[in-house]
Amino acid sequence: MMDWIPQGLWFEVCLKVFFAFMMVGAVMTMAGYSVLAERKVSAWMQGRVGPNRTVLPFFEYIPIFGPLLKKLGIFQPLADGLKFLFKEEIVPGHVNKLYYYLAPLIALVPALTTMTVLPFGQIYWNDGTVSTLALADLEVGILFVFAVSSLGVYGIALAGWSSNSKYSFLGGIRSSAQMISYELAMGLSLLPVFLWVCAPGVTESGLSLSAIANSQAGGPWLFLVQPLSALIFLIALFAETNRLPFDMPESETDLVGGFHTEYGSFKFGIFFVAEYAHIVIGSAIFTVIFLGGWHFLPFMNDPWPSNWIGSLLGVGWFLAKTIFLIFFFIWIRWTLPRFRYDQVMHLGWSKLLPLALANLIVYLLIVTAIDQSTSANF
Amino acid sequence: MAKTVVLNRKPLSFSERTYLPQIVTGLKTTFSNMFKPKVTLQYPEEKPVIPNNYRGVPTLVKDPNGREKCVSCQLCEFVCPPKAIRITPGSVPEDQNDREHVEKAPQEFEINMLRCIYCGYCEEVCPEEAIFLQDVYSSSGFTREEMVNNKAKLYELGGTMPDRHYKWDKKKNAESAGNSH
Ligand code: SF4
Ligand code: SF4
Repeated sequence: MMDWIPQGLWFEVCLKVFFAFMMVGAVMTMAGYSVLAERKVSAWMQGRVGPNRTVLPFFEYIPIFGPLLKKLGIFQPLADGLKFLFKEEIVPGHVNKLYYYLAPLIALVPALTTMTVLPFGQIYWNDGTVSTLALADLEVGILFVFAVSSLGVYGIALAGWSSNSKYSFLGGIRSSAQMISYELAMGLSLLPVFLWVCAPGVTESGLSLSAIANSQAGGPWLFLVQPLSALIFLIALFAETNRLPFDMPESETDLVGGFHTEYGSFKFGIFFVAEYAHIVIGSAIFTVIFLGGWHFLPFMNDPWPSNWIGSLLGVGWFLAKTIFLIFFFIWIRWTLPRFRYDQVMHLGWSKLLPLALANLIVYLLIVTAIDQSTSANF
Repeated sequence: MAKTVVLNRKPLSFSERTYLPQIVTGLKTTFSNMFKPKVTLQYPEEKPVIPNNYRGVPTLVKDPNGREKCVSCQLCEFVCPPKAIRITPGSVPEDQNDREHVEKAPQEFEINMLRCIYCGYCEEVCPEEAIFLQDVYSSSGFTREEMVNNKAKLYELGGTMPDRHYKWDKKKNAESAGNSH
């Protein structure tokens, strides 16, 4: 399959490292540009124009194209990043230094680790075989995602605790409480999906994300089959990424800045990027599981040819869906107000969790019924 | 007597209690807002329209004949709450025929824009309608000295304002008609 690649372990390792850097680069770029999208979309929704001044030297003089890029604020993320780098780094005297420095990293690393198992397309080889584009297409992909992504909350809780400030502390507590309540609903909402995917008559199965995406090729997307699971998963995803209406850890109106009140300059920047990286990865995972991944529309076979053009179009289509979901995240944020802390807990424990359980039981029965009827035929 | 009407709230329907239709409505509203015209004023390129009664930087004005109106009575200097105005009084040169009935004129007139609070008292108190707070709202400089508007600057900012009285003309006519004042 890969005979055009020279053999050797070191080469394999180098290749993996190279791919990993590409992927980190891509996700970080998307995270940076989600920040821009957030600013732009919020501006448009509020009747403003948003950032439209930043421009690299010389770009301004390109006719039509230059001013357009400037107006769209394409260079704004660069300026934002630089700003974080060059700000004065203030470490308040009352913090617990070790954990204070560690927390931003702990917040960012899980967000970036989950993307190793994220499949984002297919590659069609000349000999007709198809393999998934992912850094590591794990058999237990989704479990890995759950395990690692919930580590992100440690960063927030640690930041809240090490800052030694009441606002950060409350933010950290809220964050961990929220994480516990929504993690359950999230996991339960996905179980019926796996039951469905593994039902007899479906050829591909397993917990791997690529198998789920491929099971939706030419058939219905899973969010059409399981709207309730999709809804619960989406709500839980909002809670896990700490986005409004669930941004309890931040709640800037009542907690100043929440868990990052005491953070400044680049350390704050890392938290910021981690939040957006979570959104990017979360959107991508939702796309893979419920929106058919890189496959075209529901009930339609992929219209693109089975060669490198097809691969590119598939990845592009996947990106388009992901970007739409990122937009959806932003859209929701500028539409809904924040829930109160107790309302969040109430929603999580006494609404979403029973709903997810009921959903699981219903699909359990349905899948069993289908199972019985198909096995009776044999 | 006012009659109290008790309005019974209808209990929420199931779909209302899920909030989902309401969220969809909200999403529609925000989405349609994205395409509405923007209200932002792109400041340095687009300037706001300044209304006529705006109290901007205080300026000295001339009458339509191009004559200095201020007679250096120093009332504005006296009334100015933060003491932003400093006037050096002077006399009108003998050879200026068009101003022959004016007794005094400021030799130097300084308004310190770092002190001025834009209260408009100077405009209110001036008996000659010589000082006006006009439409200039942005003054900046690199040094403290730059922020003190001298007489030349004040006249440059002020320009000419329509005059209802033409006091000097009246005085001149009165004198030629035989009255001393
Ligand atoms: S506006 Fe008020 S503060 Fe400014 S110069 Fe006139 S009297 Fe003084
Ligand atoms: S501006 Fe008016 S109040 Fe001030 S000194 Fe001149 S005439 Fe008098």
